[in-house]
Amino acid sequence: MALDNKNNEFKVIGSTPNRPDGLDKVTGRARFGADISVPGMLHGAVVRSPHAHAKIVKIDASKALAMKGVKAVITRADFPEGLEGEDWNLQENAMAGEKALYDGHAVAAVAATSPLAARDAAKLIEVEYEVLLHVTDVDEAMKDGAPAIREGAADYSVPEGLHPNVVRFFDTGMGDLDKGFAEADLVVERSYTTEAAHQGYIEPHACLGQMGADGRGELWCCTQGHWFIRRMSTAVLGVETTNIRVTPSEIGGGFGGKTTITIEPLSLALSRKAGGAPVKMVMNRGEVLRATGPTSSASMDIKMGMTKDGKITAAHGTFRMQGGAFPGAPVDVTTMLAFANYTIENVHHIGYDVITNRPKQAAYRAPGAPMAAFAVESTVDEMCRTLGLDPIETRLKNASRDGTRSTFGPKFGPVGLVESLEAARDHANYKMPLGPNQGRGVASGYWMNWGGETSASVAMSEDGTVTVSVGTPDIGGSRASMALMAAEAFGIAYENVRVNISDTGALGVNEPTHGSRATYASGLATIKAAEECITKMCKRAADKWGIDADAVIWEDGSAKPSGPNAGEFDPLSIGEICAEMGETGGPISGHYEGSPTGFSGSFGTHVVDVEIDPETGHTTVLRYLVVQDAGKAIHPAYVEGQFQGGAAQGIGWALNEEYIYGEDGRLQNPVFLDYRIPVASDLPMIDTVIVEVPNPGHPYGVRGVGETGITPPLPALANAIADATGLRMRGLPMTPPKILAALKAQKNG
Amino acid sequence: MRFHSPASFEDAANIAASATGVTRFLAGGTDVLVQLRADIVEPDDLIDVKQIAGVKDITRRSDGGWDLGVAVAGAEMTEHAALMADWPGLVEGMGLIGSTQVQGRATLVGNLCNASPAGDASPGMMAAGVTVTVTGPNGTREVAVEDVPTAPGRTSLEKGEVVSAVHIPARGANGGDAYLRFIPRTEMDIAVVGCGVNLRLDGDIVTEARVALGAVAPTARLVQDAADAIIGTTLDDAALDALAAAAEAACMPIDDKRGTIEFRTDVAGVLAKRAAKIAYARAKGDTK
Repeated sequence: MALDNKNNEFKVIGSTPNRPDGLDKVTGRARFGADISVPGMLHGAVVRSPHAHAKIVKIDASKALAMKGVKAVITRADFPEGLEGEDWNLQENAMAGEKALYDGHAVAAVAATSPLAARDAAKLIEVEYEVLLHVTDVDEAMKDGAPAIREGAADYSVPEGLHPNVVRFFDTGMGDLDKGFAEADLVVERSYTTEAAHQGYIEPHACLGQMGADGRGELWCCTQGHWFIRRMSTAVLGVETTNIRVTPSEIGGGFGGKTTITIEPLSLALSRKAGGAPVKMVMNRGEVLRATGPTSSASMDIKMGMTKDGKITAAHGTFRMQGGAFPGAPVDVTTMLAFANYTIENVHHIGYDVITNRPKQAAYRAPGAPMAAFAVESTVDEMCRTLGLDPIETRLKNASRDGTRSTFGPKFGPVGLVESLEAARDHANYKMPLGPNQGRGVASGYWMNWGGETSASVAMSEDGTVTVSVGTPDIGGSRASMALMAAEAFGIAYENVRVNISDTGALGVNEPTHGSRATYASGLATIKAAEECITKMCKRAADKWGIDADAVIWEDGSAKPSGPNAGEFDPLSIGEICAEMGETGGPISGHYEGSPTGFSGSFGTHVVDVEIDPETGHTTVLRYLVVQDAGKAIHPAYVEGQFQGGAAQGIGWALNEEYIYGEDGRLQNPVFLDYRIPVASDLPMIDTVIVEVPNPGHPYGVRGVGETGITPPLPALANAIADATGLRMRGLPMTPPKILAALKAQKNG
Repeated sequence: MRFHSPASFEDAANIAASATGVTRFLAGGTDVLVQLRADIVEPDDLIDVKQIAGVKDITRRSDGGWDLGVAVAGAEMTEHAALMADWPGLVEGMGLIGSTQVQGRATLVGNLCNASPAGDASPGMMAAGVTVTVTGPNGTREVAVEDVPTAPGRTSLEKGEVVSAVHIPARGANGGDAYLRFIPRTEMDIAVVGCGVNLRLDGDIVTEARVALGAVAPTARLVQDAADAIIGTTLDDAALDALAAAAEAACMPIDDKRGTIEFRTDVAGVLAKRAAKIAYARAKGDTK
C-alpha cells in the first residue's frame, strides 16, 4: 500500500467517469431542500423589515393569529436571552431584537397550514417601526457623524479614536517599508473599490424543521455543512447541540453562502411553538438577495514600489471592508492574501472590519481574496505598463515558490505559481493577435485551502463493493472524487464504490464543504479508512491461510501471500473476502477522524481577452484561460468545472454584479433581472490548463481547487480593459455606463 | 381572486366592466403571474383570454398585412417564416423578451399593455405602424399602438376595454425594419435603451421612416424628428448624425440602477444609427 505520490501509476485517478449523483439530478429524482415534505407539515413565512435601520416599537400578530390555518407566530421573544459573541450575532441576524438592522432583516415569522396562508398571515402581522438614520457604504460608515449601528460591538483589536462602526482592526507586516520604497524606481499609490456580490446559487435556502417542547427534533435542509447548521441553530435556540439531528439535502449551489444559518432556526422555533408539527420554509429570490449574506464590499489603498527591471521592493495595503450589521467581514483573509503571489521583503497590511446597515455577510468562494487581488493585481499591471514590462515575466520574477517566505509569514512548500505562469505564457491564447478595441489582461491569484474537522467511514459490503460515508455535502462532484480515491486505494472499479453523504447522527463532527477542503480532507479520510479495511481484509486472508498478517499484501483488489509464502496460496479477491466475512469475523469497516493539517494552497493565473464597444462601453469577453495548480486532479473534468465556475463568477463580479442601495437604504435590485450574474451566452468557452504540483500532505497529492478561480478574474478583466482602452477602472463593477463615461472623459481630455 | 375564462372578447369586456376591484387580463401571463408571485398585484378578477377562438392565429390579410391573435406567443412569431421575412425587426423585438420558456407564452399585446417603458416589443410595433382592435362594453375601436401606453404601467384603455386583435400593415416593396436594444448582458435582461426603425426606399433614398425609442421616457414613443432626419437622405453619415441627434434630443430618461441619464441618451443615438443601417440594408434586400 503505497501512499507516496505516484502520479504516473494511478489506475483510476485522473479518469472522468460520470458522477454518481448525475442521473438523479438531471432526471429530477434528486431531492433538494424544497423537495422534502412530510405528512402534517406546516409552512412558514417571514416578516422582514422594509427599513435599513429602525427601532422595533411594537409587533401585533393578533390579526394573523386569528386567521384560519395559522398555527404559530414567533418573534425574538421566543428566543433565549443572554447569548454572547458570534452566537448572539447569529441569533440577532436570524431574528431582529430591538432594532431591524438592514432591509430584509427578519422581525417575525408565522407557520400556517399552506404556503399561501402563511404568506397572507405574514402580511397581517403589524410591525410599528421608528426609523433611524442608516449607513450602507463602508467609507461613509467610518466617518465622524455616521450613525453608530451598535455601540460596543468592537473587539480588543480596535485602537481608540475610531468610529464605533469599526469592529475589528488588523495590522501585520514585516521588513522596512521606507527602505523598500527607497529602492524602487517606480512607486504607485492607488485606491480601489469593489461592491458586494452575492453567491447567486440557483437553489434558494429551504428547510424542514421539527422540534418538540422537549427541545428535541430534526432538521432537513440544503446546506454545505450540517454540523455547523446544527451547532448554530441549537445555540440560537438555546437547546443542546445534539438534540437536533440534521440531514442535508442535495444542494443547488452554495459557494460559501450555505455554511451558516438563516431560516433553519426559525423553522425549528415555529415547530416548537406549533406543538411539534414540522414546518417547511422556502425562501424566494428576493429574500435570498436581501437577507442572506453576500460577500463584503471593500475600499482599498495600495502602494507598491518596483525597480525598472520589475522587482517589487515594497508593498503597503489598507483594506476597509463592510460585512453588514455584524462583525465578520473577511478582512483578516484579505490582508493575509493580498500580496501572496509575490516574494516581498517589505510589506505591510492594515485592515478594518466595519459594520453597516446591510445583511450579515457570508462566505463567498475565496472569501476576502478577490477584492485584494483586484487592487493589488491592477496596481502591478499598471506598473508593468508604465515600465514596459511583460506582466507574466514580471510575475515570474517575483513569484512565490517552494522555500520563499510568504507575505503573511510562513514559508511556502511546493506550490504551482511559477508553473501556472509558465503554462499561461506558453498557451496559444497568450499569443493570439488582437484587433481594434480589444485588449488582454493577466492576473494571478491564491487560496490557502483548508483541512478541518473530518470524520469518514468506509464499509465493505457482502458483494465486494464499498460504501463510503462522508460528512461533506457534494456540491461540486465530490462523490465522484471520493469514489475514485476509494477505487484507487482498493484497486477496484469506480462503479464498485457507493458514496453517502451522512447526516449528523452517523459520523463525528465534519466541517462543511468549505475552504476547498472536501476533496483534500474527506478524500484523505476516505483513503485512510480504506487502508484500515484493507488491513482487516489482509488479516482475514492471513487467518484463512494460517500465516502472519504481515506476510499478506494487497494488490489489484486482492490479498496475496508475500515473502516466503509468495505463490503459496491463490490470491483472495475483495469479493471473495467480503462474501464470507460473516463467517470470518463479521462486518469489515474502516474509519478516519482528525483534522488533517497537510493541506496546501493553490495558485492560478488567468488570461482574458476583451473587446470594448467604444460607443456603448459594453465589454465582450472574447476568450478566457484559467491555469491553476490542482496538486493532483482526481477527476479532471470536475476540476475544470471548478476553474470555469470560479472564472464565471469572477467575470460577473467584475463586470455587472453589485448590491445597489437607494438613498432609503433599501436594496434596489433584489431580483436576478437586475442583479446581473452572467448568463451562458455572456461567456466564451473558458479554456483550462490543469497544473499538477503534488501536495506532499495528501496521499495522492491533492490540493483544493474550488476557490482560487474567482480571485484573478476581477483584476484580469480590469487589466484587459486597460489594455483595450487605456482606461484604468478602479471601481467594480465595470459596467457599460461607467466605461462609456470614462471613455468620454478620456476623449474630452 | 376570481378566475374567468370567457369564450368571447365581448364577454371578457363585460366581466371587466362590471368588476369592482383590481382586474387583470391573462394571455401569456409572463408579466401578470410574475407580479402576482412577487406581491406586486393581487387581482380580484383574473380574466384569461386564451379560451377565445382565434387568439392563437396568425393570418395574412388580402392586402398583404397580418392579423395576429392576442395570445400568439413570441416563439410562434419567430418561427413563422413569412411574418419574419416581412417584419424582422418587429419579430426580433418580441423574440428578445425573456428565456426560451418565456417565449413560449409571452405575447405582443401583453408587452404593450404591461406598458413598461422598457418593453422590447413596443418600439418595433410603433415603428411598423401596428394598430390594435380594442373591444369594450360598447363595441370596438382601432387604436395605434403608440397611443396605448400613457405612463409606466398605464394605458389609454378604459375600464372594461381589452385588446382583441393586432394588425400589422402590409410590408410593401423596398421596406425594412430593425430593432436593437442595449443590455449589459447578452440575453435574459431588460432594455436600458431600445430603438425600432422602419423605413422604405426609392432607389437609395429613404422615402418613409418611423423611429421609436424605448426605455428613455415614461413610455416607448415614436420620434418624428428622428424619422424626419433620415427621410429624403441616402442614410449618409450626415443623416445618421442628424438621426442620432434627434434621438438623443427626444430622450427624457431617468437615472436608475439600470443606467444613467447620460448613458441612456448617448446610447439612444448609437442604437438609432445602428438600427437604421440594418433597416436600410434590409430594405435593399439584405436578408441578414
